[in-house]
Amino acid sequence: METAKKRILTGNKAMAEAIALEMERDSNVFVLGEDVGKYGGIFGSTQGLIDRFGAERVLDTPISETAFIGAAIGAAAEGMRPVAELMFVDFFGVCMDQIYNHMAKIPYMSGGNVKLPMVLMTAVGGGYNDAAQHSQTLYATFAHLPGMKVVAPSTPYDLKGMMISAIRDDNPVVFMFHKSLQGLGWMDQLDASVEHVPEEAYTVPLNKAKVAREGSDVTIVGIQMMMHYAMEAAERLSKEDGIEAEVVDLRSLAPIDRDTIVKSIKKTSRLLVVDEDYLSYGMTAEVAAIAAEHALDELKAPVRRLAIPDVPIPYSDPLENFVIPGPERIYEEVKKMMRS
Amino acid sequence: MASKKSKQFDPVGTLQEIEKKFEMFQVLNEEGEIVNEEADPKLSDEELQELMRRMVYTRILDQRSISLNRQGRLGFYAPTAGQEASQIASHFALQKEDFILPGYRDVPQLIWHGWPLHQAFLFSRGHFKGNQMAEGLNVLPPQIIIGAQYVQTAGVALGLQKRGKEAVAVTYTGDGGSSQGDFYEGINFAGSFRSPAIFFVQNNQYAISTPRELQTSAETIAQKAVAAGIPGILVDGMDPLAVFAATRDARKRAVAGEGPTLIETLCYRYGPHTMAGDDPTRYRTSETDSEWEKKDPLVRFRKYLEAKDLWSEEKENEVIEQAKEEIKAAIKEADNTPKQKVTDLMEIMYNEMPQNLQEQYEIYKEKESK
Ligand SMILES: Cc1ncc(C[n+]2csc(CCOP(=O)(O)OP(=O)(O)O)c2C)c(N)n1
Ligand SMILES: [Mg+2]
Repeated sequence: METAKKRILTGNKAMAEAIALEMERDSNVFVLGEDVGKYGGIFGSTQGLIDRFGAERVLDTPISETAFIGAAIGAAAEGMRPVAELMFVDFFGVCMDQIYNHMAKIPYMSGGNVKLPMVLMTAVGGGYNDAAQHSQTLYATFAHLPGMKVVAPSTPYDLKGMMISAIRDDNPVVFMFHKSLQGLGWMDQLDASVEHVPEEAYTVPLNKAKVAREGSDVTIVGIQMMMHYAMEAAERLSKEDGIEAEVVDLRSLAPIDRDTIVKSIKKTSRLLVVDEDYLSYGMTAEVAAIAAEHALDELKAPVRRLAIPDVPIPYSDPLENFVIPGPERIYEEVKKMMRS
Repeated sequence: MASKKSKQFDPVGTLQEIEKKFEMFQVLNEEGEIVNEEADPKLSDEELQELMRRMVYTRILDQRSISLNRQGRLGFYAPTAGQEASQIASHFALQKEDFILPGYRDVPQLIWHGWPLHQAFLFSRGHFKGNQMAEGLNVLPPQIIIGAQYVQTAGVALGLQKRGKEAVAVTYTGDGGSSQGDFYEGINFAGSFRSPAIFFVQNNQYAISTPRELQTSAETIAQKAVAAGIPGILVDGMDPLAVFAATRDARKRAVAGEGPTLIETLCYRYGPHTMAGDDPTRYRTSETDSEWEKKDPLVRFRKYLEAKDLWSEEKENEVIEQAKEEIKAAIKEADNTPKQKVTDLMEIMYNEMPQNLQEQYEIYKEKESK
């Protein structure tokens, strides 16, 4: 008999494995972007693909974001299933017209006749000193615009399952992966960036949040790094203060899983939303609005939000850590809320 | 004159003819010999020595910056060795009034334009004081969003033109950068207003891991000038005299109201793309490396100057010592600069702080006081 062996994968390998499985399954799937070939993606998302599938299906493109995203749109309209990589989400400025005016709107403007089954994957997040134009998540910037799904998985398991779902989805999906959760050797490897990932193909839905930790006293909603920090804070709250926090991993920004959020608020009566994005007009405001519209009577305390202040992300290490919410600040904030 | 025969449409032939015309312009060959007497810019002995001094200094600055980065004493750094002729000799043909819009690898040109070393180090460390350029230093901070500086250059040139200044806007990008829409729009825009600009493409053969062949099927990047209706020139970017001559010529035309020029310099980056995790052995062979090292700009210029009795080991060592001393002092000065705070960064954003930021400012002010 075979014992079930644990396959420990980093986030980047889980992603690359998902893409490889889909490339094997469907010859219409192909990858394009900058340095996705021999380099395997600057953050490892396409590692090993060129060796397996060749340069015919793993295209290193010129540095032309508008061209390769526009080309992915065209190829998708023609029946392919492209996976395009925008190296850093911050570079969306170069190519946003193709993304929000075309990728997001062609299905609508063609009366639903033209399907764009494409994935636009992109690296998000800071915390490793890469300055104002390489550290943003821009979650809300994308989630605000109708016409595309926007997901941001937090674990290797979800990275694989949601990538497979995204490739199989007939709508354009913006797939945000967090650099710190790729588990790369040249960055500090986090425990959260490695875990058991099954070998076979499986899917994880693109519209469901996950309760990452059950609790009864307060709900903390976050995504990617903020979810992991919330988990750390929750453990400490439990150990040191007897406070049981429920942590909701949003996983998907658009559509947002309102039911899971509301259900949790009804259970705990307190809500803290944590975001690695700018405070104003961000995801924290969206979740707070959901609470106000659907669970206001349940709340025992005002909703609290932690996010990056409305200032570009500093390069300097201590300053960056100062503006990005961390476990310590989440812990303090919850304690303050419990007092009120 | 062609005969009266009806014209043959021959688009392929036309392209081949255009591509043939973009031959590499060289003055000084790898052996340090003048191979194009006519084009020799005829610099004075002092100028030749100064150009060499700056290139040697810049090579040392590169070596020191790499080791300071490894020691954790510098932050972001994009190595420059191999590109000295492209960078320093092009800058050598500029004037103080000229306005430079650099890429992230173009720190040396800024330094020779007057950016104090310690500020360059502060920039590398992400300190906001690094990019606070002194009055009269006509530069923008190094650009990292590929191509963006090209369209801005068209605007700087337009400004210089409208205000009647005798100066040019000068920008640099890489072979990869020439694939951006901004590249085409920038040269075309400046061309359509005949604005005084010089657009450099330092073709160092790679964009991170992507080889030049994958950027475009054009034989040269210089020929892209043709589509914009402006002069383009392909230069040996390891040859300081050719780079200097091409730049001086382009500058002369620009200030005379004859519009912009595109200059492609063929060069190589010996080091990694940046100091953040790049391993060139993943995409380059050591054969290619050594092939390019044979073309080294310092080696050939040293040979040339030594033959003229203008350079010696002693002179070179003096420059090296001076560079090391100045770098040491500049690092010290950077170390002594007061640490920045989040509230400093909030203060530099707007002339008047808006309410939302004011509230966040108060919160951070309080945290910082702890
Ligand atoms: C708009 C944009 N796309 C992608 C990048 C990521 N990137 C940074 S440097 C680089 C390669 C640039 O190559 P090249 O223009 O040849 O300049 P070099 O680094 O060789 O000097 C890439 C793709 C970026 N900074 N901005
Ligand atoms: Mg290059």
